[in-house]
This record gives sequence, C-alpha cells and structure tokens, in this order.
Amino acid sequence: MESYFVRKLIFDEKSRSLLIQTLVIGLFALFIYLIAQQTAYNLEKRGISSGFDFLNISAGYDISIRLIPFTSEDTHLRAYFVGLLNTLMIAVCGCFLATIMGFLVGVIRLSSNWLFRNIAYVYVEFTRNVPVLLQIILYYSILLHLPKIKQAIEIFDGFFLTNRGFFTPSPIFKDGFSIVLWSFIVAILASIFIKRILKKKQEQTGKQYPIFYINSALIIFTPILFYYIMGRPLEFDTPVLKGFNFKGGMVIRPEFLGMLFGLSIYTAAFISETVRSGIIAVSKGQREASQALGLKNNLVMRLIVIPQALRVIIPPLTSQYLNLTKNSSLGIAIGYADLVHGFGGISLNQTGRAIEIMLMVMLTYLTISLTISLFMNIYNKSVQFKGNA
Amino acid sequence: MTTFSNQSLMRNKYYNWIIKNLFSSWVNSLMTVVAIIFIYEVGTFFLNWAIFGADFRTNFQGEIISDRTLCSKNIMPGEYGACWAIIYARWDQFMYGFYPIEQVWRVNFVYALLPLAIIGILFDKLPYRKYFIYFTFIYPFLAYFMLYGGPGLSVVGTNKWGGLLVTLFLGVTGIGLAFPLSIILALGRRSKMPIVKSLCVVFIEFIRGVPLITLLFTANVMLPLFLPDGVNPDNLLRALVAVTLFQSAYMAEAIRGGLQAIPRGQIEAAQSLGLNYWQTTRKIILPQALKIAIPPIVNTCIGLFKDTSLVLIIGLFDLLGIGRAALADMTWTKLYYEVYVFISLVFFIFCFGMSRYSLYLEKKLKTDNS
Repeated sequence: MESYFVRKLIFDEKSRSLLIQTLVIGLFALFIYLIAQQTAYNLEKRGISSGFDFLNISAGYDISIRLIPFTSEDTHLRAYFVGLLNTLMIAVCGCFLATIMGFLVGVIRLSSNWLFRNIAYVYVEFTRNVPVLLQIILYYSILLHLPKIKQAIEIFDGFFLTNRGFFTPSPIFKDGFSIVLWSFIVAILASIFIKRILKKKQEQTGKQYPIFYINSALIIFTPILFYYIMGRPLEFDTPVLKGFNFKGGMVIRPEFLGMLFGLSIYTAAFISETVRSGIIAVSKGQREASQALGLKNNLVMRLIVIPQALRVIIPPLTSQYLNLTKNSSLGIAIGYADLVHGFGGISLNQTGRAIEIMLMVMLTYLTISLTISLFMNIYNKSVQFKGNA
Repeated sequence: MTTFSNQSLMRNKYYNWIIKNLFSSWVNSLMTVVAIIFIYEVGTFFLNWAIFGADFRTNFQGEIISDRTLCSKNIMPGEYGACWAIIYARWDQFMYGFYPIEQVWRVNFVYALLPLAIIGILFDKLPYRKYFIYFTFIYPFLAYFMLYGGPGLSVVGTNKWGGLLVTLFLGVTGIGLAFPLSIILALGRRSKMPIVKSLCVVFIEFIRGVPLITLLFTANVMLPLFLPDGVNPDNLLRALVAVTLFQSAYMAEAIRGGLQAIPRGQIEAAQSLGLNYWQTTRKIILPQALKIAIPPIVNTCIGLFKDTSLVLIIGLFDLLGIGRAALADMTWTKLYYEVYVFISLVFFIFCFGMSRYSLYLEKKLKTDNS
C-alpha cells in the first residue's frame, strides 16, 4: 500500500506536480519566514523602528526642482509626491522627445542618400553602445560649462543659455485667456466632427475633400481669432539680468536638461531601430500596389505604409518607453530631484526606514510600468489587424 | 579591347552607384552637399580636438604633463585640444582600480585568459572546442583565486578592486551566474504547475518593472538586514547579487522567446519516444531553444554591461567611478571631456563588439536552417 503511494507520487503526473508544488511553496514560505525573522531581529538589535508613521514628519530638506510648492517643513509624504511628479515629468518629456527624434532618425536611416543614411547609422551605434548614465553625466557637464550668468548667450530675444540653466520668458495669463484655450479645444472637437462628416460624404459620392487643410486652418486660426477678440490676454515676463542673477521669466535647470538630453538621445537610437525595422517589414508589394492604384508618394506613406508599420513598431516602442521611465531614476547621479534621489535617497538617510521607503519606491515604479504597458496595449490593439474573427 | 570595356564597365558601376546614392534628384544632391559640409565641420572639429591639437604625454613645449596646469590648452587657451595626459596618469586606476601595483600581474593574467574562456562558447565550430569549454568552467575559480588571493597569494580585498576590473567582473560574473538562473525561471514560467509558474511570473515581472538602481540600493541597504550576524557581504558582492537577479529576469524572457519558437511536434515526438520531462527538456528543447535565443541573450548582455556603470551610485569604483574620482582630484580636475570620451570609447568597443557578434549569429542562424 505504501509503495503504491510512493510510486504514484513519482510516476503519476498529477500527484507529482502536486508534490513538487507543495515542496516549492513550503521552501518559499520557509525562506520568507527566515528572512523576516532575521530582519526583525536585526532591526530590533540596531534599534530601528518600523512603520509608515515617518511619512508625516517634516522632511527637513529642500527640493529645488518641483512642480508643486515644497519647503523643508513639509512632510516626507509630500516629498514623495514632489519626486513622483518630477519622475513623471522627465519620463513624459523624454518619451515625447525620444519618439520625435527616433522617428526622424529611423526615416533618415532609410533615406535614399547614402551619406545621410550613414550619418544616422553612426549616431545610432555611438549612442546605444555607451551607457546612458555616462551620457547623462557628459551632457550635464557640457551644460555646466556654458558661460556664466554675466556672459549669458542670448539665442533669441529673452532666451538665455547659462551654466545655471536655460532662462526663458514665462507666460502671464490674464483674464479671458481661458476662453482662447476653450476655443482651441472646441476647434479640435469640431475638426474631428468635420472629418467624420466629410469621410462619410467621400464614401457616398467618391469626391475627395481637403480634410487636412480645412482642419488645420480651423485648429490654427480659431484660437488666434479669439486671442485678438479677447484683447490679447497673454503677456510674457522676460528675464532681465539684475546684479548676479536674472529677474523674472523662468528657468529650466541644467539637471533637467541633462536628464532630458541623455534619456532622449539614448532612447531615440533604440526607437529609430524599431521604426526602421517596422517600415522595412511592410512588404514592397504593398507600396507598389498602392502606386499602381495612382496614390501619390505622401499618401502611400500615410495610408499604406505607416499604418502597417505601426503594428510592428508599437510593441518594441512600449518597452523603450518603459526603459526610459526606469532610466529616469538615474537623476540621482547629477542631482535631478526625482523619486529615487529625494525620497529614496535623502528621506531614507534621514529616517532610516530603508524597507518601507524602498518598497514604496519599487511599487511606484511597478505601477508606472504596468500603467504604461496597459495603455500601450490598448493602443496596440487599436492598430492591429481587424480580422473577421 | 576586353580590358577597356571592363574598365568602362567598372567606371560605369561606380558612376551609377554615385548617381543612385548621392545625386538621384536635386533634393538628394542638396542633401549630399549638406551632409558633406556637416561631416567636414564635425570631423575637423573632432579630429583637431582629439588628435591634431591634443596633448598626449607632453605639451607643446615638450614637457611631461604631470598636472592639468601643464596642459597646452591651459597654457594657451583656445589654441589646443584635448589633454590625454590624465588617461596616462590614471591608466593603472582605470585598468585595476586600487589594486596593489606589485600584484597587478595577477589581474593581467586573468584579463589575458578571459578570451580563452569565452571563445569556446562563442564559436561552435572551433577546433578542440570541448577543451575550451572545460576551461570555461575552470576559469571562474581560477580567476577568483588569482584576483582575491588565497594559499600562496596575498589577499587583495574587493574594496581595492576598481576600474575595468570591476566593470568586467560585474558584467562577466553577472552574466555567468544569471544564465542557469534564467533557464530555471524561463522553464518555470512555461510550466504547467500554477504555483511554480506564478512565482516565476511575479519574480520576472517585478524585476523588469523596477529600475536597476532601486535593486542596487535594496541590496546595498537591506542585504545586511536579511542575513544573520557575521555574514556580511562586501559592497561588490551586494552589487553582484542585484546585478545577477536583474540580468536573470531579462535573460529569462529572451530564453522564453526561444522556448516558444520550438514547435509542439518536437515535444510530442520526444514524449512519444518515452523521454520524461527532464530528458525532453535537456536533450530536445533546450539545445534548440538556446540556439535561437542567443542573439536576444547577447542583447541583454550588452544592456547589462552598460548598466554596470550604475554601481558608482552606490559607491563602487567601476570605470565611470574611477573617472569621476580622477576628476575630483585637484591636479586633474576639469578635464571632463577627455575622461568621459575615453570611458565611452572603452564601453563602445565592448558593446559594439558584442552587437556585431549577435548580428553575425543572426545571419548564421538564418542560413543554417537547423
């Protein structure tokens, strides 16, 4: 009887998998238990208390780059949100810039001009084979070697490049600007509506309408019209050199610019490769067939090639966005106050709550990653083949 | 006559190539002109800076450069380019970190044997490959003994290691340790057992969802908390744990891709021959899956190799860390571009080499048909 039981455990697939899984989960539980116990013992011995109560203590340090007000009296929880917003800001700006640059370089890589093609190739190979951290530090040190404030380079009227950052005029919104903004939103909604109606008409009558030009005109001129109707409710506060610093305007800090350049130049190299392979993946027959149908070159690109290329491009593009977001944690190397630098670094040192803080930081990144994957998957579904199935 | 027509054909070939690739339309011609100007401007600027206007060991007066004030560009501002003397002065640190100078031969020995240890893995048609593979398995122990020391050799603590040594140590050891772990994870993720599968999925997705720097912090701060008294891994080992776990998750996904590419018929055929799970996996599936997965595996290795530079944030002196330490020294400060360009070049050589290898493999796999 006993030998039957043992034999069953070894040779019957179901019982065996049950045995293995019980063993695995048992070992895993033991492992967790041992670590938890050891950690509790170590914490007690070192006199480190645990818990999340530290979030309500005032942080005691200042954060120079912030989107919401923050002073050293504010709590660690607020420091967390300041860091989170900075991480999201650099991630969004970086993804935006990297996508534009990546598409541009990807198209240049397929240019008919041999020299352009190879300049883009050299760019791609040199940027993607050098660590992004090194690039961030390099661009940051270039930015720090711009002229001092006294000898600021004025690129345009009111735009100054200095080693303390990029000074630009800041907009001042007066009453009535919200109406201009609303007119812009209404114009976009109207253009979507017009596009639908004209598309339907085109399908019924076969006549083509210049949808693109009509809508561009609508979107550009409506806000301008309202801007003048409302009596130009937008003014700029230009930075002026006074004493040792600029007065007025706003400043984009070199830490932010260094991160932005580093992340987007690095990621653009990878994006350009996915764009290139996506466009190559569209079969030549598709292009030839659409040319045979009499479509112009730009229409071939817009209606035939790009929609099909997107199917190939979107999944790897998603992982590039994820990489960029995770790489934004390197801000700590140049003092960009992101989540890891402020909350994960200074708060951790001040409170000593390593486990709680690292857990929060990791779960935050995990949430951001999963959110990006979720949205990109939804978008991916919308561009994939819509078969009958 | 024939030679003449051949020549004119040849000339035609080049001529056609130039017309097609550089001057096919007026837009194309314009682009060519713009590109040539761009290449000329950037090229002359860079070459003047890096080579023609640069100091290597001596400045323009012929003096050996022993600190930055002797650099030509600091004596006559605006006239001269890079000052590579900092690289010469810090060469030993870049290569070995703070390794005792009289013991450096041990590191050189390990460096010299590294190609022999990996060549067997890289090329499957190598003569006597079997012996090279044996050596690959001996090498880690030999390297550890040589670097760290033991009976007959003085002990050199890992806090003395630095520069390329740390970069290569983390890269190579991280990849080597992650490889078996990633196979287990990939198989576990494809397992039919729900508990095993979900553990692997959670592990892989967790690691892939967080930045390496948070893992390094965690390992650095929390590993001592997890372990009993007396067991206190040094900083390099802590970083190695984080790097290995990180790499294993990415490598597991690459291997999973290879596993998915194996047709079901292979597994069924193996099972119908009476092979059990481990036999099927070891003899039928893994050899084929790993072969397909090598190019993406190499790509994750390139990523890891670049990511080893992150350890400078937790206070280790890898190549980049040594570079920053050199810049923090008052005798050499402000020579940023020289240091960063040099380190970039080192990373570029390794990573570009690996990516070429992965490309070569992809091409080979396409024609192999096996």
